[in-house]
Formats: sequence, C-alpha cells, structure tokens
Amino acid sequence: MDLEDQKPTPPEITGAEIVIRALKDQGVTHIFGYPGGSVLPIYDALFAANDITHILVRHEQGAVHAAEGYARSTGKPGVVLVTSGPGATNAVTGIADALLDSIPLVVLTGQVPTSLIGTDAFQECDTVGITRPCTKHNWLVKDVNLLARTIHEGFQIATTGRPGPVVIDIPKDIQFKKGRYVDPQRIAHRTYHPKTEPDEATIEAAVALMAGAKRPIFYVGGGVVNAGPEAVKSLRELVALTGFPVTATLMALGAYPASSPNWLGMLGMHGTYEANNTMHDCDVMVCLGARFDDRVTGRLDAFAPHAKKIHLDIDASQINKNVHIDLAIVADAAKAISAMVRVWKEKKYQADRHALTDWWRQIERWREKRSLDFKPSKGTIKPQYAIDRLYELSKGKDVYITTEVGQHQMWAAQRFKFEEPNRLMTSGGLGTMGYGLPAAVGVQTAHPESLVVDIAGEGSVQMTMQEIVTAVQYRLPIKIFILNNNYLGMVRQWQQLLHGSRYSQTSTDTQPDFVKLAEALGAVGLRAEKPEDLDEAIQTMIDTHAPVILDVRVEKFENCYPMIPSGAAHNEMILTDAEEEATEVSDAGKILV
Amino acid sequence: MNNNGKIERHTIAVLIDNEAGALARVVGMFAGRGYNIESLTVAEIDVSEHTSRITVVTSGTPEVLEQIKAQIARVVSVHKVVDWTIDKPGIEREMALIKVAGTGDKRVEALRIADSFRARPVDTTHTSFVFEITGAPSKLDSFIDLMRPLGLVEVSRTGVAAISRGPEAM
Ligand SMILES: Cc1ncc(C[n+]2csc(CCOP(=O)(O)OP(=O)(O)O)c2C)c(N)n1
Ligand SMILES: [Mg+2]
Repeated sequence: MDLEDQKPTPPEITGAEIVIRALKDQGVTHIFGYPGGSVLPIYDALFAANDITHILVRHEQGAVHAAEGYARSTGKPGVVLVTSGPGATNAVTGIADALLDSIPLVVLTGQVPTSLIGTDAFQECDTVGITRPCTKHNWLVKDVNLLARTIHEGFQIATTGRPGPVVIDIPKDIQFKKGRYVDPQRIAHRTYHPKTEPDEATIEAAVALMAGAKRPIFYVGGGVVNAGPEAVKSLRELVALTGFPVTATLMALGAYPASSPNWLGMLGMHGTYEANNTMHDCDVMVCLGARFDDRVTGRLDAFAPHAKKIHLDIDASQINKNVHIDLAIVADAAKAISAMVRVWKEKKYQADRHALTDWWRQIERWREKRSLDFKPSKGTIKPQYAIDRLYELSKGKDVYITTEVGQHQMWAAQRFKFEEPNRLMTSGGLGTMGYGLPAAVGVQTAHPESLVVDIAGEGSVQMTMQEIVTAVQYRLPIKIFILNNNYLGMVRQWQQLLHGSRYSQTSTDTQPDFVKLAEALGAVGLRAEKPEDLDEAIQTMIDTHAPVILDVRVEKFENCYPMIPSGAAHNEMILTDAEEEATEVSDAGKILV
Repeated sequence: MNNNGKIERHTIAVLIDNEAGALARVVGMFAGRGYNIESLTVAEIDVSEHTSRITVVTSGTPEVLEQIKAQIARVVSVHKVVDWTIDKPGIEREMALIKVAGTGDKRVEALRIADSFRARPVDTTHTSFVFEITGAPSKLDSFIDLMRPLGLVEVSRTGVAAISRGPEAM
C-alpha cells in the first residue's frame, strides 16, 4: 500500500496546483501549449509559477511537434498542455508521430467536468478513446487524489523502456477539487516493468557470432539514440574493436560519426548503394535498436538472405515482427552494447581480418558507384547543392537540423553529415509534413544559443507555418531553409515513376511569397534564385539573430536517388533517371506506399 | 514476416488491471493490427486487487500468434499473458444457452440428444426448450449442429474460459 498512509497528511491543494507541482518535481522547465475553457484552472496555477516557461504555440499540433523537438534534442521528456475537444484532436497528429518515433512526451489535456462526460457537452470528445491507439498509455483522471500519482506514472512510462507519448486527460472539476499530493519517488507501478538487463548468455552468443563473421554489418536504429550517451559511446567502442561497417536508419543518424571510414551512410529506400548492398550480402547482421521498418528492408523475401540476424531491442514485440531473427536480445541498448564490448574484450576476440579485408574491398567497389553524386548545374540551384552549401557554411557551429517530409528530407539525411546524435529531428515513422518548423521551435527553446535550421519543402512548411509567429514572440531565431521546387516533390517523383508522369495535384505553383510572408509574420525573408547567390544568402541567414525564412528556388524536376523502387530488394537500387525510366515496377510494388 | 506457416487456433489468457478502458486496450489492439478474435470472455476475478482476466481465442500462423502475445504483453496495464495452447496445458470450457422450438418427433429427438450431451433444459414450454450446455467449444459446436434440423432458434455462447491443470496459478 501507499507509504503516504504512515505520514502526517500534508495540506490539500487543488488539482491544478497538483499538476504544476508534479511537473516541477519532474524537473519540467518548459511546456508547449494552448489554453481553453477546460484547462483554465491549470493556466491559472501556471500564472503563479515562475519556474515553468510556457510557450504559446499557434496550433496544438505545433505544440506537440515542438515538444518532440525539445525532447529529441535534449533527451528529456517534452510536455504539452492543451484544452479538451479540438485542442486534444489537434494534438493527435503529433502524438501519433511521437509514438512511431519513440519520443517521450507527457500530454496533458483538459476534459469537460466529470458530471458532463458522455453527454456530448461543449468541447467534449473521447480523448482517451481517440488517443488509445496512438499513445504508449493514457488515463482519464476521475479522482483528484490519484492525479499526482498518475502524472508521475506518466513520466515514468513515457521516459523508460521504449519511450513514447502518454496522454493524461483531466476533467475541469478535478482541476478545482482539493486533494493530496504525492512525491515522484513514492510511485511503484503495478504492471509496468520493462526488461532492461541483457541476458549474459545471449550477449556471449551474439559476440561469438560477431567474432566469426566474414561479412558483418551494424544496422543501428533510433533505440541507440534513445538509450542515451552511454549507448552511443559503447557503439563507437564496439565498432572500433571489431572494425565492422556501420549503417543507420534515419532516426539514428549521428549515433555513429559520418566522418568515420566505417560509416556507410543511411540505409533503406533512399540509402546509399554501399549501405544497402552491404546489408544484402552480409552474413551477420547486428541490428541495434532498429525495427526492420519497410522503408529499410525493401522486399522482405529478398532481405539479407544469407545473414544470421542479431536483434537488440528493448521492446520484445519488435523481435520477429517483420523479419525472422536468429538471436534476440531484449534489453536497454546502453547495457547490452556495453556488455558486448566487455565480452569481446574479456574473451580476447579478434575479428577475422582476412575476411574483413575482402569485405571492405567489396564495400569499396560499391562506394565507387558514388551513389549520392548528382549532376551539377550552373543555371539552377540543385537541391543537393543547397544542402551541401548549408553544411559547409554551418560547419563548426553548434547546429541542430530539423526537417519536413519529402525529397528535401531525404537529401538532408543523405548529405548533411551528422557527427553526434540528437542533432537531427525528423519525422521518420509517421512522415508528418509540417513537423520540422514547430520542432525547430522546440529545439531552439532548449538550445537558445545554437543554430537551429529547418530544412523544409515549400509544401510541408505551409502546414504549420503559423508557428513562425511563435518563434517571433519568444525570440527564437530559427532558420527555415526552404528547398522550393514548386512541387510536392516526393509525390511528383512517384507519379513520374509509377503513374506515367501525370502530375495530379502536386504542383505548388500557387504559393505564398515567402519573403513577404516572413516580413508579415515578423521574421526576416531572404531568397536565392541562382547558384551564385546561394552562399551569401545562407551566410546572411546564419548571421541574422532572428527567425529567418530563406526561400531557395531549386531545380523543379530533380529526383531523389539512389532509390529502392517499391517492392524491390536492397541490391536492386536505381541510381539515375535513366535507370528509373527503364524500371518496370511490379503491380505488387505499386500497391506499396 | 513470411507468414507461410499453418494457421493455428490458440487460447490466450490475459491478466489485466481492471482500470477504465482495460478491455478496449486489448480489443482495440486486435482490431487495429488486423488480428482475429474468435471468442472473448472477460470478468473481474479479484475485486480487492482490481484485476480482470480476459480469455481470448485467436488464430493465425505461429509468427502472427507470437506477435499477438508480444503486443498484448506490451499493453502497460497487462500483468501477464499465457498461451494455453503452448505454454501450459490448459482446460477449456464454454457455456451456451440454446433455444430449440418444435413439436412431435423432433422435440423428442432434441431432448434425447440433449441428454446424451448432458445439456440441461432450463426452460420448457409445449413448443420449445432452452438447453444449457457446458464443455469444450467443439462439443458445443457439434451439439448446435445437431439441433439445427430439429428447430434451432437461437444460440447464446459465453466464449471460452480456460485454466491450467495442476496446482500452479497462471
Ligand atoms: C501530413 C502529410 N500529408 C501528406 C503527405 C504525403 N507526402 C509525402 S511527401 C509529400 C510532398 C512534400 O512536398 P514538399 O514539402 O514541397 O517537399 P519536397 O518533396 O518537394 O521536397 C507529400 C504530400 C505527408 N507525408 N504528410
Ligand atoms: Mg517541394
């Protein structure tokens, strides 16, 4: 039973005060939110709380993405506060996004008073019902004496095991009612006990398999980033010890430094030729905290057909979900990878140098394809070139990158060289256009002195561009770097490949004048139309201590390569337009997204 | 996964905290991920501990069944998941109330078959019976099939309850 029972009863406080106190005790310094009728008491309690900064967004979706950016760039949970009904439903896209990318969030939603629940009251919606499938867990708090406990539980569940979003729905009468507060350390969960300790025998078996490998690869996912700096450090040590090649998913870019010779680049649909072919031909695959997503595997029945697969994940349900696993390790990545390092050293294992030399020779041949090369242009700005220049001109600075979703996102992932984790914030699992701008608001909130750039498409940015006003209000000097190709480019590319170049509804010919838009919103607007203007525009953007939109007019019909066409295997990549034209996508492939 | 395996039918027991929406979490997961529910029973089994027990009969390839169990176990309010078909040998029982209407020979025949199945008439009129029958689901299936030509009117089944053999708990 609750230890609280043996203590003298502390004075009762209101539910709204309990919320604020619980947040403070959880170390929360920033909340992203938007007020409304059913959260008025919490906003009132917040009014008196000086040590929590509230960032007022312009749309609740923006609040959630901002909290995601905050969380992803700090390793701390993001906190969101929104009202009932439309406030909660507007937040759903962000919540689903956080679930798929395993981002720890605590989302507090107001609810109509308990007496009105179920009556179709004004601004009532079944928030726990709507968010049940897109949260790690959620609660409707109907007893003020359970409120503190629920919030602490919420933080625990959001941040431990496989992280994810939780929703706590708080009816308005509960916010007014007085009740008892309990401290975070008094909470022990009845059912939730994620397994974090790796099984020693399995680690030993995995390391033995690795030591015997002739064509190994590390396939690293976001779980390693989520497991924190210890996991990243151990990964780097393990790679140094073994000399194996490393690839990573979109969510794990930076976990292993892009400047290292062992780095193959990102894998998957728009991964490098060398990363995908190394995956396809490997004999031992060491998957660390990734989940064999369909963007990564390509055609499943041709996925790494000769490989023994080791899979480390903290979430047991990921094992054998898409791909048959030979050796499963269910544990925290930091603990498991450091155990691998220790066992490798203790057993004095040596990688098979002979085999590894041959393997690297083969990998070099794939590298020689130079799959990320593009045809430079004197007349128009190539989007790839724009990213390269952004990278060069921001090098050495303390840079955080967010992205929207589309071709620009893939080019950013392919070309921007990340040396450290938590530096790229992007919507991987849900692929949410409109993520990057509000995420940049969240990142800049957490890192006020850093350079925070949203690499954007002109389509995506129109989904959440009102958050520029938020950036202006809080003097968050985010940079919105738009690769403006006049198209919903990624969709247009698929229409070109799969639908006979019939560009149905993908032109963005009618679009705002982004320079004037920036000015109207209180930001600075810049434009670059010719390659020779680009450097100066980027430099001005970087040097401006205010939110900036830089509208970069890029080549309209550039396609993102290399690419595994839908329904194809890792070793069936296409590298250029010419190959794309020659490629017949199967009917089965056309059905895939 | 390459789900080429044979479709199997498994009975799975879930011990879950009886909080609001607990059943919806499990059932919603089945629906959302496209898994099959053949039968489902749920009731609180410990009032002081607020725990409920869900028994679900589902089918799929071995890979899919493994996923189903992993996905259930992942629900935060779940204490335990046991597969009676593989983890432990279990006993399965289901109850049904079955209404049969008819007169003359058919009526006599229905009663005779009911007797051999140990189905009890719990309501009798001049033209109908309601039988109560308990047993393995397959026994209920056969009984219902036999009643069909004899004037079967309505069937109400509870779904499967299951428990392990021997002294241990699940
Ligand atoms: C909210 C949402 N709606 C639709 C899509 C489908 N979609 C994926 S990429 C894309 C085009 C994005 O266009 P833009 O932002 O201009 O980027 P580009 O591909 O041109 O670089 C669309 C519509 C999506 N990912 N998210
Ligand atoms: Mg575009």
